[in-house]
Formats: sequence, C-alpha cells, structure tokens
Amino acid sequence: MMKIKVLGSGCSKCEALLAVTKEAVQHLGIDAEMLDVTDFAQIARYGVMSTPALVVDEKVVSAGRVLKASQIESFLK
Amino acid sequence: MWLFIQNQILGMQWLNGLVADGLIWAGVDIESRLGGSLQFFLYDVIKITLLLCVLIFAISYIQSFFPPERSRKIMGQFHGIGANIMGALLGTVTPFCSCSSIPLFMGFTSAGLPLGVTFSFLISSPMVDLGSLVLLISIFGYKIAAAYVVFGLIIAVIGGSVIERMHLENEVEDFIRQAVAGPDIEPAELTVRDRLSFARDQMTGTFKKVFPYILIGVGIGALIHNWIPETMVETVLGSQNQWGVILATLVGVPMYADIFGTIPIAEALLGKGALLGAVLSFMMAVTTLSLPSLILLRKAVKPKLLGVFVAICVVGIILVGYGFNALRYVLL
Repeated sequence: MMKIKVLGSGCSKCEALLAVTKEAVQHLGIDAEMLDVTDFAQIARYGVMSTPALVVDEKVVSAGRVLKASQIESFLK
Repeated sequence: MWLFIQNQILGMQWLNGLVADGLIWAGVDIESRLGGSLQFFLYDVIKITLLLCVLIFAISYIQSFFPPERSRKIMGQFHGIGANIMGALLGTVTPFCSCSSIPLFMGFTSAGLPLGVTFSFLISSPMVDLGSLVLLISIFGYKIAAAYVVFGLIIAVIGGSVIERMHLENEVEDFIRQAVAGPDIEPAELTVRDRLSFARDQMTGTFKKVFPYILIGVGIGALIHNWIPETMVETVLGSQNQWGVILATLVGVPMYADIFGTIPIAEALLGKGALLGAVLSFMMAVTTLSLPSLILLRKAVKPKLLGVFVAICVVGIILVGYGFNALRYVLL
C-alpha cells in the first residue's frame, strides 16, 4: 500500500495541500495511507525546509508549494 | 528617460490624473478635503494593487530558482563574513513566509550552518526583498531605494556577525539543535510552466493576504494626507524632534504589516514634513519585526537570543534612520 505524507505545521497552505491530496487519491481510487506530519523534528528529517511538502513512499516529491490535483496524481501513478 | 520610468511607469502619475478626472466627472470636488482624501485613497489602492500583482508575479518567478534547500547549499560553501553576506543576499530572493521559519531554522542549523549566518538570512529576508526595492523606487526614487537595500543588508550582515561572536548556540531550543539533518533534497527541476503557475499562485495568495493591509494602510495614509495638520507631523517626526527616529522605530516594531501596507503611510508622512529617516525607520521596523513573527521565533530560540535579535534589529534600524536623516539632502 502506498504511503502518502503531507508535511506542514498547520498553516493554511498545508491544509490546502492535504485537501488536494485527498482529492487526488480519491480520484485515482488507489489504496493509500494518508498521514499528516506536523512535528517539526520529523519534518526536518526529510530535509524539507519549506512547507507544505509532499512525501510519497518516504520520498520527498515536492516542497513549498500547494500542488494541483493533476500534479499530485502524476506522482501517485 | 529614467525619470519617465520612475514617474509614469512605476509611479503611475497618469493614474492620478485619471482618478482626478473620474472624480470630477462624478461631481466630486477634489480640492475639498473629502474629495482630496478620496482621490489619494483610490489612486493609492489601485497603484499599489497593480504594483503588487506585477511585482509578486515577477519576483516569485525569480524566487522559484532559489528554494531554501538550494540556498542552504550555496551558503554552506562560504565561510566567515562571506557566509553572512551570502545569507543576507539569499534572504532577499528566497521565498520566505513566517509560517515556515521554524523548519527553515532547523534545516539550516542541522546542516551545520553557523548561527550567525542563519540570522543574517532571517534579518534580511523580511527587511529587504526584491518587492520592496521596486516599490521604493516607485514612491521615493531609485537613490533612496538603493540606500534602503544597502543599509538593510548591512544590518543583516553585522547583526548576524555579532550573534556569531556572542556564541549563543546554547540559546537555540533543544529540539532544533537535536534535529537530525535530512538529506539534501534536490527539488525537482521545474519547467517554465511550473514556475509560471507557482508565480501565479504566489500572486493570488499574497494578494488575498495583503489586500486588507493595503486598504488599512492607504486609509491611514489618506487620513494623514488630508486631515492631520502639517505642524503636528513636523513636531513629532520632523527636524524639530531629534527623537523622531527612535519613536518611529519603537512604534513600528510590534506592528504586523506588509511593506505594501506601510508604504502609503510612509509616503503621506513624508509629504507632511516628516524626516526621511523617521519614515524609513518606521517602514523597516514594521516589516522586520512584529509581535506574531517574534512569537513564532520564540518557539525556535530561547528568550536571551530572541532579546539579542530584537535589540540588534532595533539599534540597527535606529542608526539607519539617523543615517538617512544625515543623507537626506543627497537622497531627496
């Protein structure tokens, strides 16, 4: 099962990314585990310095931007 | 030619004429106080909004080349004062929002960047950015804009170096010092289309966030412009008051506003006889320090370091203010 994490400390952009990611997962109909990581120490461990960031299967695919659903879907395929 | 760019394209003096014509056509007497305020308000809101949209778009496009991950790598290649200068310069082009200041702080610290370099970055990032440079050119002319940027960078470099010398590494909160450095992530190479869409998102996002402050700022500006007597401004912030710069700085520190919101106030105060140094100190203080950003930074550093940071910024801004006052005949 795919593991998707949204890294961000509760700012409005982070929530936006979380919502779009959920949308993308639903649209693709894939079975994925979604996690919302808000702990700064964990975020730092991914090497991320600009939130929100998207992590798919422990790989950082985007940082510092709210992606569009179509962009997220391309990372999930 | 340069004057044409400064006055008509960046300053949009044609717009002021257009607003005046529109108001006269609508039957408003622009010579009256209320009409004058209305003209100032409409002209400034439209002008600043237009500048904001164009500027943020262009700047975000440039910023998309400098994600913090890349800036960290660049800074890591420099040492001593060179690293501080690099930190201050990159602070002006790296996209920064106070909500990501903690991950940024952790990222810099865990990668082994000296504390002083991180602070050079943290001081210059809100104080001087590309947007403020262009905005200052349009309102005050290129000489003042250039001096503002140079002074801001000097504060950032010296401030960071002082913090470095004071060896305050223990004053960083433990969870940050213990953070494990993540790998250097190389952000995916962006296409031109990605950058354009990033720039557009930044523009609309910033516009939504900043527009209320523009309205408030221009409102206060219009009030000063037409309702507050010149003698009052002169007495408090003009040449008769040698404490004007200090007063302006201390008033500006706790305030939270964007440079786009402070500029109409600065512009109106200057027109009413406030000294250049007092006005620019006020702007620097508002943009660099604010209660919300200090509360956030307090999560990353202990009170002592926070105090040192605030003190350095305040002293630096006050000195710059007096510097501007001394240079005002050359700059204006």
